[in-house]
Amino acid sequence: MFEKIRDLVAEQLGVNKDDIKPESRFKEDLNADSLDLFELIMSLEEEYSTEIPTDELENLTTIQSVIDYLGAKGIA
Amino acid sequence: METRVTKLLGIEYPIIQGGMAWVANANLAANVSKAGGIGFIGAANAPGEWVRSEIRKAREITDKPVGVNIMLLSEHIDEVAQVVVEEKVSVVSTGAGNPGKYMKMWKDAGIKVMPVVASVALAKLMERAGADMVIAEGMESGGHIGEQTTMTLVPQVADAVSIPVVAAGGIADARGFCAAFMLGAEAVQMGTRFVVAKESDVHQLYKDRIIAARDIDSVVTGRSTGHPVRSLRNEMTRQYLNMEKENVSFEELEHLTLGALRKAVVDGDVKMGTVMAGQIAGMVKKEQTCKEIITEIMDDAHKVFNSVKF
Repeated sequence: MFEKIRDLVAEQLGVNKDDIKPESRFKEDLNADSLDLFELIMSLEEEYSTEIPTDELENLTTIQSVIDYLGAKGIA
Repeated sequence: METRVTKLLGIEYPIIQGGMAWVANANLAANVSKAGGIGFIGAANAPGEWVRSEIRKAREITDKPVGVNIMLLSEHIDEVAQVVVEEKVSVVSTGAGNPGKYMKMWKDAGIKVMPVVASVALAKLMERAGADMVIAEGMESGGHIGEQTTMTLVPQVADAVSIPVVAAGGIADARGFCAAFMLGAEAVQMGTRFVVAKESDVHQLYKDRIIAARDIDSVVTGRSTGHPVRSLRNEMTRQYLNMEKENVSFEELEHLTLGALRKAVVDGDVKMGTVMAGQIAGMVKKEQTCKEIITEIMDDAHKVFNSVKF
């Protein structure tokens, strides 16, 4: 799952794949602004055919937190 | 005039006064509502008790609905989010982010929620989260801004959601009002024109600066920090923009603007304070009562609509 999310993030944020690690923080490390994050959430929802409620967004700050969140929903 | 927005809010005219920090107090908001539009008290960074007291003051002026604008980055956010529930406010607008966390609490209390959105993705997420309307605000507006213009943002948001869209940014007269409807909006939100309203309690020098502004007088500071702000140019913006060119630290830039909006609005320091205003300031030429502003726009709107022949 990491590779798939990494590729998606790389494409959305226009960053180099090699710079994206599980512990990368969207805002601080990958320079995403809040509007980038909303776009990213929409792409993740589409990719994994799921819905991420807006009150969850503030907890999704790193690549790993997204992997964990989707994992907890039974998406692998 | 009836649109989905006027019906949802229980108001006569689809004209909303934006909840501007330091400017939008009970007096301004209540007088806009009294005139048939709807005013919003700007909670900005104020504590919950200030918001509560403004809501109560507004109710002494009018029994028409008055909203509260909640700035999501406020240090008092949890408190303010609770106060609007306790005071049974009928509508809340939100700025600076994603109000998802408070949505359920507000909806359960019967409060209508209208988030300000700066992109299609956020508009869609807000609709799904239960928002009753969205405010699509273009970068023509004063204060904290996004990147898209009203002309481009409003129709794209209107296409993306089925809830009503309010257009904001760059609107100050009947022409802008009509244009907003052509773009797919069902109401407009205005800030700058109401800053100079007779019932607006901002310092006279702040009003005078807006009235004297030309079309080219607004500038955007803070692009380098990721928090761009539109205000009217003065000594402060000149220094700030120079410092940005010289890449001075974020802390130094912050220091220059700390408390600067208050300085302009309350103390009338229009040289070193932040005189927030939209690009349309160049067209705002006189102080009028809220009633005169709203009546003039609605009267002229008929003429503007009828002046176009196909």
